Parts: sequence; C-alpha cells; structure tokens
Amino acid sequence: MRHILSVLLENESGALARVVGLFAQRGYNIDSLTVAATEDPTISRLTLVTRGDDQVIEQITKQLHKLIEVVKLADLSESAHIERELMMVKVKTTAEQREEVKRCADIFRGQIIDITASTYTIQVVGTSEKLEAFIQALNGTQILETVRSGVSGISRGERTLSL
Amino acid sequence: MTSQNTQPELLSGGAMLIRALADEGVEYVYGYPGGAVLHIYDAMFQQHQVKHVLVRHEQAATHMADAYARASGKAGVVLVTSGPGATNAVTGIATAYMDSIPMVVICGQVMSHLIGDDAFQETDMLGISRPIVKHNMSVRRPEDIPYLVKKAFYIAQSGRPGPVVLDIPKDMTIPSQKFPYEYPKDIKLRSYNPNAKGHPGQIKKALATLLAAKRPVLYAGGGVILGRASDELTVLARKLNLPVTNTLMGLGAYPASDPQFIGMLGMHGSYEANQVMHNADVIFAVGARFDDRVTNATKKFCPDATIIHIDIDPASISKTINAHIPIVGLVKPVLQEMLHQLEKNKGELDQDALSQWWQQIQQWREVHGGRYDTSPSHLKPQAVIEAVHRHTKGDAYVTSDVGQHQMFAAQYYKFDKPNRWINSGGLGTMGFGLPAAMGVKLHYPEAEVVCVTGEGSIQMNIQELSTCKQYGLAVKIINLNNGYLGMVKQWQDMNYDSRYSSSYMDSLPDFVKLAEAYGHVGIRVTKAEELEPALERAFALKDKLVFLDIHVDPTEHVYPMQIPGGAMNDMFLSKTERT
Ligand SMILES: Cc1ncc(C[n+]2csc(CCOP(=O)(O)OP(=O)(O)O)c2C)c(N)n1
Ligand SMILES: [Mg+2]
Repeated sequence: MRHILSVLLENESGALARVVGLFAQRGYNIDSLTVAATEDPTISRLTLVTRGDDQVIEQITKQLHKLIEVVKLADLSESAHIERELMMVKVKTTAEQREEVKRCADIFRGQIIDITASTYTIQVVGTSEKLEAFIQALNGTQILETVRSGVSGISRGERTLSL
Repeated sequence: MTSQNTQPELLSGGAMLIRALADEGVEYVYGYPGGAVLHIYDAMFQQHQVKHVLVRHEQAATHMADAYARASGKAGVVLVTSGPGATNAVTGIATAYMDSIPMVVICGQVMSHLIGDDAFQETDMLGISRPIVKHNMSVRRPEDIPYLVKKAFYIAQSGRPGPVVLDIPKDMTIPSQKFPYEYPKDIKLRSYNPNAKGHPGQIKKALATLLAAKRPVLYAGGGVILGRASDELTVLARKLNLPVTNTLMGLGAYPASDPQFIGMLGMHGSYEANQVMHNADVIFAVGARFDDRVTNATKKFCPDATIIHIDIDPASISKTINAHIPIVGLVKPVLQEMLHQLEKNKGELDQDALSQWWQQIQQWREVHGGRYDTSPSHLKPQAVIEAVHRHTKGDAYVTSDVGQHQMFAAQYYKFDKPNRWINSGGLGTMGFGLPAAMGVKLHYPEAEVVCVTGEGSIQMNIQELSTCKQYGLAVKIINLNNGYLGMVKQWQDMNYDSRYSSSYMDSLPDFVKLAEAYGHVGIRVTKAEELEPALERAFALKDKLVFLDIHVDPTEHVYPMQIPGGAMNDMFLSKTERT
C-alpha cells in the first residue's frame, strides 16, 4: 500500500539526513520526498511517499517519531487529503506534432512554459497518477527530459498538521 | 558558583565544556587527547572537579563509560579527538546503542572553516555515528556549549536511553575567547517528550488478563534494569505467583536464587524457561524486545500466548512479535500502577491452574537442570563460573566478553541483584569485558569486579592492562582459555563437520608473563585441583589486578541451544540429545 507521510521537522542541519538515513538503514523504500521550510522558519515540512504493509508503515511512523528532531507526523493517506506534484517535461516536437502536443497539454491542464523552434517545455500539476497518465499520453513524442517535484500533500477539511 | 547578584563568569568554550560536565555531576571522563581537543585538555588540566582517565585505545574509553552507566544508571562520558580518535570510538558507541546505554561522547573536530576540505584528521563523525546514536549534534557557536551539554545528557538519560555524540570544532574552544557561563537548570524540547506513564486502561486490561491466566510467564529484559524497576517487578511477580525468566540483558532484574526464577530464556536459555514460554497462555513482557536470539523462528513463536508488552519505546512494541496489550511507558511507574490497581481490586488468581502449571514447570526443571560433565578429568568452564560465584558470594560485578565464556557466565553466575551483570548483549562486542570491568571498578573501588573472558576476546583490548596499572584498578580477570574462538568452533562442530576455519589461535601469549609485564599478578590453572587455591589467592589479593589464565576443556559446548528455525522449545540439550 502507498502511504503519504507528512512530517514536521526542526529546521536544523542534519535533520533531513537523519530521516533519509533511517529509510536506508532499515530498508524502507522512498518513492518521493520533498522538503521545505514552513511559515514558521524553525520548522520544515517533509512529505514522503512510501510503500509497505500495515506493519511496515507502523514501524516507519514509530521510527520517525523516535528521531529527536521530528516534532509531529501524520499519515495523510489515512483520511481524505489532497496531493499534488509538479512536473516539467521537455519534448522534441516536429512541425506536425506541435499542435497535437499542445492539445494534449491542454487536456491535462498543462501549460507550455518555454518553447524553441524544435522543443516545448510543458508544466503539469496534479496527482502522481495524473502525471503518469500525461507521460503515457505523450506516447509518440520524443521526451528529452522530465523533472518531478515529488508529492506534497495536505489534509482536506479542517484537519491540520501544525504545532 | 554564581549567585544572583554576581555577573556570570567568563569562560572559554573548552572551560565551559568542563564546567558543564562538573555541573552535571560528572566525576570521570574517559578519553585520549589529540590535536582537535588540545584546548579542552588544557581546560581539563586547570581544574580538579572532573578527572580524566587516560586509556590506551579509544574503544576502551567508550566501554569504560558504558559499563559505568550500566552499573550506576548515570551517563558515562567519553572525550576523543577528531578523525582516528573518533572512529576508534565507533564500536563502543554502537555497543552502547544496541543495549540502550546512556553515554555522552565528545569528539573533537577540525576548525569550522576547514570542515569539508578533507583537512588533517577530519572525518564526518556526525555522518558516521548517525545510525548508532540516539542523537548527535555539533557546536556552531561556543556560547551554545552549556546548553548543548545539558541537552546531550537529557537526551542520553531520558526515555529509552542511548549514546549522544557531541562534535566540537576546535575553534569553538579557543582559550582566549570567553563567554558568560551559565548552566541551564532544565531543558524542554518541543519535539521530544520521553516520560510516558502508561495508559491506565491498558494497565487494567493487562492486570485482568494476568489474573485470569492459567499458564502465565513474566519475561523481563534490560528495560527493567535501565528503568530501576526490579523491586516493583519482584513484588508483582510474587503477588501473582508468576514464573519469571530474564533475558541476557535482564539478568539480575529478578533474583536468580528465588524459587520463582526459571532461568534465562532464548538461544542458550534454560530448558524450563524456553518450555514455559512456548506453552504459556499469557506472556507478560516487561522491558524486553523479542530479540531474534530470544524468539527463535517468529512464525513458530509461542502459539497460544496472549502478549502483554510494556516498553518505553513504542517502536519496540509489535516490531517482531505482535502485542495484544501494548503499554507504552517507563516500566517503573507502569508496574507501580499495576501494584496499586492490584491492591484496590483484590482480584482472584486461578490457584488450581497455577498449581498445575508449577507442577509442570517442576518437571521441566528436572529435564536438563543446567547439568554438565563434572568428572574430574577435565576442568570445565561451567565449574569455574560456579567456583567464582562461591568465592565472590554471588555479589560481584561480573563483566564479560563475547563467546562461550559469556554464556557460561550468564547461565552459572546466579545474579540476585540488578546492574551486576555487564555484557554486550545487543552488539556482541569482543573486547568489551576488560574495559567494562575497569569502568565499574573505578567507581566502586570497594566492590569485587570480575571480568569473565576468553583468550580470543581479551586480546582485543589487552593493552588496557596498562591503564589498570596507572589507576590501580584491581579487577580479577577470569580467562576461560580453551585455545579456540570457542563459540565459532561450536558452530563449526554443529554445522560444518568440525572444519575449524580460522577458529584456532596459534601462538597465544603466555598470559601470566604478560600480566606480570604490565605490573600485575598472573596465575595459571591447568588442572581441576588447582582451581580452588588459585581463586583463594586471587581474591585475597584485594588491591591487585590478578589475571587468572584458566585452561578449560576445549571441547565443551554451550547447552541448551535452540535449534535454528525452530520454536522456542526446540533445543539441543547436549552433543547427543535434542528435544
Ligand atoms: C569484535 C568481534 N569480532 C568477532 C566476533 C564473532 N565472535 C563471537 S564469539 C567469538 C569467539 C570468541 O572467542 P573467545 O574470546 O576465546 O571466547 P570463547 O567462545 O572461546 O569462550 C567470535 C570470534 C565478535 N563477537 N566480536
Ligand atoms: Mg576461547
């Protein structure tokens, strides 16, 4: 099962290394990881996508809690939540393909954020699933480069993860 | 001491560090100097509150600090230089980490502006130690030193204890740069709250389950010793008439001479302890962590048992074995609450079921009963441990190294008190025994301190005989010399048709002469009849380190031994018998 863990972390050097080290050391996998400071500069928020059965996820959350710098954490996938990921794709476009690629980007509510005579750079935002679907949809177009931000997530409704 | 109306004293970073240690109540620091910590050593020299013990290898400093912590419950302190000094300390830090021992390790580091340049004696000690510490920190500003020392001790000693590394770049301790010193009284961290008392509802449920049990067992581990809860445990066990087994780390948590004690459990546990566990209907685990050397194959583990598990670390609960009634909390307050509830409720035990259970246990006790060949032709290691027990009236601090001798010590030295058995259970570090004995002896000079070791293990930190001379550490070394890396040989006997691949050590030193060369007393024992007089003499030499080189039967194996891949009660009972 895929889980999205949100972690509030003391914004101290070494804290992120500790989280990443924990996963490597105990053989847990990381599908994606994003981290940045929050509105409170002393706190970073980290979003981590991982996989495992219930027992593994329980161990992961307990082990994360044990890290001294972890202030709070939540498994977003336990309740209603919103997840977003940003992707930029640079594709090679022949003259005949340009119209088709643009239409495809529109369907996914993507934006063309840079162009050259032979390339488009397209930005798409959504769930990881949607981004994967977009890549599928580009089938037939030569992808030169993709870059993805990793998943960020937040709970729906009034539920919050804050101090 | 600063009073209300005087200005805080101005101290350098190095002096603040030492003063903070003094304010923390630290009496001894174990360490070894070098470039990055010279300012600190100079500050050390200029005061008399905190004393320094100069070891001969940094690993020994960590084991000394660790053993002091195991005996006293307070964090031990280590001071080493950057680079090789710090890396030499790594094994000792990992040893403490695996057994949840509070320790503060202060490592020098190159000057801040050189970090990252591969400077002379630079290693990323924060990176190296990260997986084997409870926490680590580095000093960025000298004025933070008092706070960081306080924080290091707080983290090391609270909750589930563990080692904390404090990395100090050399420019944080420059003698000419002084700052106002004030030691924080207490500390609060928003991200760390270690004092769980246990959920009263869960405690009630646990008690009801124990009262209704027909075949209960109390399985107590190192957490009881770390949590200073032996008294509560003993009272509760007696009130509930529970058979009690201790883990390797928990020996002494419940008195071994008590009739309710059924021995150690696990890989080399007693026949009865492993049978009781396997057949129990309720397992009451207290400060124990269902380690793989206890459970044997987890799929076959105790099929009928309802499991109650008290631990301060939630990550230890349901990690390998699912707990039906988890209680997250410090063992002492949880057991106190249980006793309190028991007083109020006056619940009834199922006396009939319990007396049947005890009859069954009695039968199991008679099956193996710790027997070994006592014919006088060979000097048996088990007999040596029993003799040491007699000569020390069962009241010594016993440290050990790792191997067969360790298991014999655990099985045959019947520990009646907590904090007396000091061994590296989690990491299994050969080389632990001698420095550990030194750490204990330094703090308890009046106590008898015995190091049970093997000719393999003792050579991993034998250089510390020199430190013993310098500080007058009159420990007794019981070298169970079987001429082999015995535990390795035992596995080779059992699984590799006795192909002794690198388990025989040729060219052993003359340990008696070696002890003498270091200024100590050495006694060799090669025959059974020499044992008693040798021990007599050794323990009479109160202020001497005595190295007893005792040549024991090299063919001996440790039994019982769980059969790999089996259930708890699948065991070899001797070279020819199995369950
Ligand atoms: C540092 C270290 N290296 C290797 C081992 C693996 N090991 C475990 S027991 C053992 C043999 C120990 O021999 P000795 O000290 O003579 O004890 P004996 O088993 O003979 O009593 C070895 C090599 C270990 N535990 N620690
Ligand atoms: Mg040996």
